[in-house]
Amino acid sequence: MIADLPPGLILILGALAVPIIPTWARRYYMLALPSLGLLHLLTLPDGLQGQVEMFGHTLTFLRIDGLATAFGIIFLMATFIFMIYGWHEIEVLQHISALIYAGAAVGAVFVGDLITLFIFWELTAIASVFLIWARRTERAYWAGLRYLVFQIGSGVILLAGLALHYRATGSIAFVHLGLVSLGTTLIFIAFGIKCAFPMLHNWLQDAYPEATVFGTVVLSAFTTKLAIYALARGYAGTEMLIWIGALMTVFPIFYAIIENDLRRVLAYNLNTQLGFMVVGIGIGTELAINGAVAHAFTGILYQALLFMSMGAVLYKVGTVKASELGGLHKSMPITAGFCIVGAASISAFPLFAGFVSKTIILTAVAVEGHWLVWLVLLFASASVLHYSGIKIPFFAFFAHDSGKRCEEAPRSMLIAMGITAAICVGIGVWPSGLYQILPFPVDFVPYTTAHVITQLQLLMFSALAFSVLMRTGLYPPQLRSTNLDSDWFYRRLGPAILRSLRDTVSQIYLSALLRTHIRLQRFVATVYRHHGPQGALARTWPTGSTVLWVAVLLCVTLFLYYV
Amino acid sequence: MTNQNQQAKNQESKIYWLDRPSSVTLVYRSIWVICGLLAIADFFYTHHPIFNFEKFPAFYGLFGFIVCVGLVLGVKELRKVLKRDEDYYDR
Repeated sequence: MIADLPPGLILILGALAVPIIPTWARRYYMLALPSLGLLHLLTLPDGLQGQVEMFGHTLTFLRIDGLATAFGIIFLMATFIFMIYGWHEIEVLQHISALIYAGAAVGAVFVGDLITLFIFWELTAIASVFLIWARRTERAYWAGLRYLVFQIGSGVILLAGLALHYRATGSIAFVHLGLVSLGTTLIFIAFGIKCAFPMLHNWLQDAYPEATVFGTVVLSAFTTKLAIYALARGYAGTEMLIWIGALMTVFPIFYAIIENDLRRVLAYNLNTQLGFMVVGIGIGTELAINGAVAHAFTGILYQALLFMSMGAVLYKVGTVKASELGGLHKSMPITAGFCIVGAASISAFPLFAGFVSKTIILTAVAVEGHWLVWLVLLFASASVLHYSGIKIPFFAFFAHDSGKRCEEAPRSMLIAMGITAAICVGIGVWPSGLYQILPFPVDFVPYTTAHVITQLQLLMFSALAFSVLMRTGLYPPQLRSTNLDSDWFYRRLGPAILRSLRDTVSQIYLSALLRTHIRLQRFVATVYRHHGPQGALARTWPTGSTVLWVAVLLCVTLFLYYV
Repeated sequence: MTNQNQQAKNQESKIYWLDRPSSVTLVYRSIWVICGLLAIADFFYTHHPIFNFEKFPAFYGLFGFIVCVGLVLGVKELRKVLKRDEDYYDR
């Protein structure tokens, strides 16, 4: 039984024991859990294991293959790094929440059927919302609620799709599904919500920047990459994904440039990176899937690194608004250095992690002849440098000196960032290690002269564009602002429609009530007139007049009788 | 606490390399030089273009420069439509 214990359950069950561990041992214990999970995962043989009979279905908790293992490894690695990053955090709630959340994500990666997937899918939603609420602000509370609505909604749609799919095919296996029926389409939408497809995306930019310093870092890794895994498993080669992904890479860019909250800039940027992976999955060739998985792997690392550096700034300075920051390289030189490594990785500079994964996707797209999508991705690559590679470190650590002075980040944060930065450079310099754990055999050389020169050209000329625009003052200033995104529809338009609907209905109701009231009054008045004390029908008549009327009636009868 | 103050004072008094306008100009000019070198480098290696437009000299560089300038100028216009006060949703 121990042999086929799912690695995710090690984290989930282990997290439940955290409160009873003595404080001094707690941090080491929390580092031990993901390490144990990773060691256990590496000893598991390929194939289906951990099967349980339940409700007449065979639930598979462990399906070990290349795709699942790659995601399992990076999730557990990330959990380990995050636990170091959260070392300073004394609140146990956040640690437990993060461990259960990570465990659920790891668990979901290894399931072999849709029912078990649904269970872990919902668990990631419920466990992670506490990382947002732990910020304990009014904004975080509401953002957390909106986040929960989207996440639980995704789960409910998944359940509906699963039920329809089971009725149509009699199978609950989580294998390649494709867009073939209503059931699989619903499952696709459920995955799409967690993957932040265009117009389903805004829960991400809304909620992630409102979470705690530690929470945002943890959130950045799991939910969206789990969705990438699920899409790669169920919908590889679905052409629609190519277009969805291309759109996803482009539109967050516009927001990222004018966004002031640097953690929100990173959230938009996360969305762009997901777009690259979705395009890879849509292409669906072995090369493209390898690219998507590799990009998810490196993406978790460099995005976490950037979120960690901005978290450190928030922790020490108390704000991550570009308009308030600047010149922090004087106070936090080491954090600035790690941030630049993250920025170089996300921009895909040669010798950094992003380069060896993004190049695979771009090549896979070009080989299949999608020139338009390829140009879109190239555009996104150039802009990523612009708004993430340069904007984040530039406005936080350089630009004009804001006069803000603080200490360097705590040692635990620096260690976590240092490890991540080292892995980012390590993967960039020796990509073969990463390529070995990809689901398909890799026959790809990232470091050709053409790749390196063209990529450097793209990036340096984009940097030149930034410098020229800065020097000439054409670059838009960083302003305190809120930019309207698709959340406007449910935070402003939706409530406004409901409000006006409520007003109209209540007006109609009130006027109807008033009219009925008037009619009733008139009716009562009429009745009163006829039957009231003075009414003709209520008068008491004297006996004489009755006799007279009887006589008249008798006369009429007599007359009619003779006629 | 005194240590912190000391540190802050040190940061205040120290003139950092990037504080000097001349260094910023140096960085700016070196970006131009690097770009120039990269554009020239384009003529000295064998290309493996998949698309025809990749054959254009320094295609990647020009593409990067043009889209970035276009993007930023476009976003300035977009901002006029999308920008609201910071507490827009809190009111």
